[in-house]
Amino acid sequence: MSAGVELDNVTMEFGSFRAVDNVAVNIQPGEFFSFLGPSGCGKTTILRMVSGFIQPTKGIIRIGGKDMKGARPNQRPTALIFQNLALFPLMPVWENIAFGLEVRGVDKATRRAKAEELLRLVDLPDAADKRVSQLSGGQKQRVAIARALAVEPSVMLLDEPLSALDLKLRQHMRAELRAIQKRTQVTFIYITHDQGEALAMSDRVGVMSHGKLQQVAVPQDIYNNPANGFVASFVGENNILPGEITGEEGALVTFTTASGTFTARKGPGVSKGAKVRLFLRPEHAKLSTSAGAGNSVAVEVTDVAFEGNFISVHAVDATGQAYISEARNDGSSVIPARGDKLHIVFDGANAVILTGDISAKDVDE
Amino acid sequence: MRKSNYAFHLYMVLFLLYMLLPLVVMGGAAFNDSRFPSIYPWQGWTMRWFIDLWNDGRMWTAFGNTIAVALAVVAISVPIGTAAAILINSIAGTTRTVLYSLMVAPILTPGAVIGISTLLFWNRLHVPAGLHLSVLGQVSYIAAFAMLLVLARLQSFDRGLEEAALDLGASHAQVMRRILLPHLYPAIGAGAAIGFFQSIENFNVTLFTRGTYDTLTVYVFSKVRSGITPTINALALILITFTLLCAIAYEVRRRAVARRG
Amino acid sequence: MSDLLNRYGALLTTIFILLTGFWLLMLIVLPNIYLFETSFRPYLPVTEIGGPKDVFSFNNYFTFFNSPIHMNVFLWTMVYSSLVTVICFLIAYPLAYYLSKVAPGHLLPTLFLLLFIPLWVSEVLRSFAWFIILALKGPLNATLLGLGILDEPIRWISGFRGVVIGLVYTYVLFMLFPVFNAIQSLDTNQIEAAEDLGSPWWRTHLRVILPHSKPGIASGAVMVFMLSAGSILVPTLLGSTTSRWFTEIIQQWMFESQDWNTGSAYAFLLLILCTVFVSVVMRVFRVKLSDIAK
Repeated sequence: MSAGVELDNVTMEFGSFRAVDNVAVNIQPGEFFSFLGPSGCGKTTILRMVSGFIQPTKGIIRIGGKDMKGARPNQRPTALIFQNLALFPLMPVWENIAFGLEVRGVDKATRRAKAEELLRLVDLPDAADKRVSQLSGGQKQRVAIARALAVEPSVMLLDEPLSALDLKLRQHMRAELRAIQKRTQVTFIYITHDQGEALAMSDRVGVMSHGKLQQVAVPQDIYNNPANGFVASFVGENNILPGEITGEEGALVTFTTASGTFTARKGPGVSKGAKVRLFLRPEHAKLSTSAGAGNSVAVEVTDVAFEGNFISVHAVDATGQAYISEARNDGSSVIPARGDKLHIVFDGANAVILTGDISAKDVDE
Repeated sequence: MRKSNYAFHLYMVLFLLYMLLPLVVMGGAAFNDSRFPSIYPWQGWTMRWFIDLWNDGRMWTAFGNTIAVALAVVAISVPIGTAAAILINSIAGTTRTVLYSLMVAPILTPGAVIGISTLLFWNRLHVPAGLHLSVLGQVSYIAAFAMLLVLARLQSFDRGLEEAALDLGASHAQVMRRILLPHLYPAIGAGAAIGFFQSIENFNVTLFTRGTYDTLTVYVFSKVRSGITPTINALALILITFTLLCAIAYEVRRRAVARRG
Repeated sequence: MSDLLNRYGALLTTIFILLTGFWLLMLIVLPNIYLFETSFRPYLPVTEIGGPKDVFSFNNYFTFFNSPIHMNVFLWTMVYSSLVTVICFLIAYPLAYYLSKVAPGHLLPTLFLLLFIPLWVSEVLRSFAWFIILALKGPLNATLLGLGILDEPIRWISGFRGVVIGLVYTYVLFMLFPVFNAIQSLDTNQIEAAEDLGSPWWRTHLRVILPHSKPGIASGAVMVFMLSAGSILVPTLLGSTTSRWFTEIIQQWMFESQDWNTGSAYAFLLLILCTVFVSVVMRVFRVKLSDIAK
């Protein structure tokens, strides 16, 4: 009953604005797939095309191998969970859940039984006769999921359904969603701008920017082997140093920046002369009292933030380039103080040279 | 949904024609040189109905009365409506429900009933029928419109502002004039405009309270009942044109504001 | 109340209370009580008012209940006002839906402007317009004959036909605007969610959009019914010899017989009719008065 979703070079234009630009991806049956990107990157447009509320300008959408061209939302095997959930406030909880069955002409007793079964599945066994307004945020969430599951969709589409919840509940619901997905084996397509959600829940993640799909990969690869500067900078933190490739050294390249020359891995699509940057994750930027033999740069600590399980150290070098280093709070590293003169050292295999624009996520949201 | 949109658009156009064509027919008949007001059969163009209208002294008196009544209604009902809204906004519970029901009741009462009850009650107080009674009768329900508009506006008012002003040493009158009223002006303005138009249009209340005076609606009504001539159409056309000009002026202003914003 | 004193002081609070009090007492409560009282007194020459004959009785109401004609007129007024209300709803609902969910947003101000124009033209002129259009030799018959739709002209103003046509035209907008406001406030996601769950368009309307627009429909229904039942102009201008409206009988008592007592009894019956209608609508639609009068 689970079905794959194939986007075959899909483009969507609103007037002269290209919201989705030639996106091609093949989502497997039973997969938990997330589209991750900043607001306005086109991810919601993709969702609305798959659910059938809008038709793509170009390209084909196949669900379970069938071309969906012209099929309206109520003719597709998809169920959409809206960002604001869109529960019907004038119906009790169980009627909300059973609405999809009601429109299919299922008799009342069966509907009621199915609704109660689904309420047990989402862990709300006593809510059947409650009014929607009596539920908490997390409970509404579960009812929305139950309502979508009731029509036994082959594909579930979720439009940032957790964004209205507070942090604790959001983390709890992540696990819950993942568990429900594994239990039901329905294909989940999840839209979010929250990288934590996407990485924690998904089998694969598609990172989007300006309507284009930047990278499709399993979460580890998205984080460890980003395809370009946008993905590297949008997902997780990075030390970013502009510069140019000045030579090759075995598997690595030498990269010259204003702050010095370093060795680093060459990312995909990087050629000599292209506009490139060096990306280094904070957890790979180690603080040391002495300059090492490898990559090393002298810095002065400007701020130390204690985050609990790790310590985040902000530093700046002689050229004014800022750095972030993260150290685990397991007693293995010394906690520096502001004004300390230290060195940032890193292994060239942990730094990567990438092309492309970087995300402006600091100003986003 | 997409295919049926054409049907929807068509329906909208048909409805607009249904709403507006009768007005066009009525206006067109003002130029027809036929003793009976109609656009069919067409007997040729004439301006004589406008000239007849211009020379009709009774029409002018009625016109003057209408404007006077409307101005009086606005002058009385807007302060009443504003005061009532402020009052009801500051109380809660059963008292509020009862007062609110009393206040909106006139909107749901047929004009004839308002007219008759006003006439009887004030007669009892030895106030004879006349335009002043029409004013009072109309105020009883037009004040309710003003009250509802101001009340809606009050809901979006941050009462902390008044407290801040009082805290800064403002007098009660200053709080009213500088803080509350400026916030309410859009609603008060809308209330005045709606009240004015409602008053001009009013027939039912006026019919029972007017005594022997004419207002424009009563004048038209009596004209239509006793021998009709297309002078009425001429009057209708002038009124519709005036309305259209107001509407266009409003729209032009709105577009200008929208462009700036 | 102490809140008012704190904010606006004694003087302003007194002014507020006096204005509101004058309105509620002198313009609403006392006139209606007096109307009620008058309806139980006999119609007497001025000299006998307050005399031995001036006693309370139900006679004015008996006049109504002993007159099959008047009761008939009352009944037909009620029936046709209800019919007008239903027709107005049927016309206005698709339009309200169109305006709130289908029509392109940039057209809305212009559409509303056009819709408001007839509202600003007085009722007497709008009835008069239909008086011209519906005339036996008028433009409607001429057009229909010309198009070959009719073989011979229809006498539009016969029975209650003219009255219903006129009332619908005059009051349909009073249904349109509240229903529009109600549908407008419905989250479009609700409609899409229903559609996404497989609901055909008619069921989405039945289960999601209509229930949500109940307060608007109630408000529109109350206004249209009240205005129709209380209309004087339309039945007078577009009525035929067989279509008498209850307001016409009230006028007869007030102006022709000069019997204000029986007149007030009849006016009171009209008021009861409207009050009952409001209560029934509030009960059926499960809405509060504050939902209706907005």
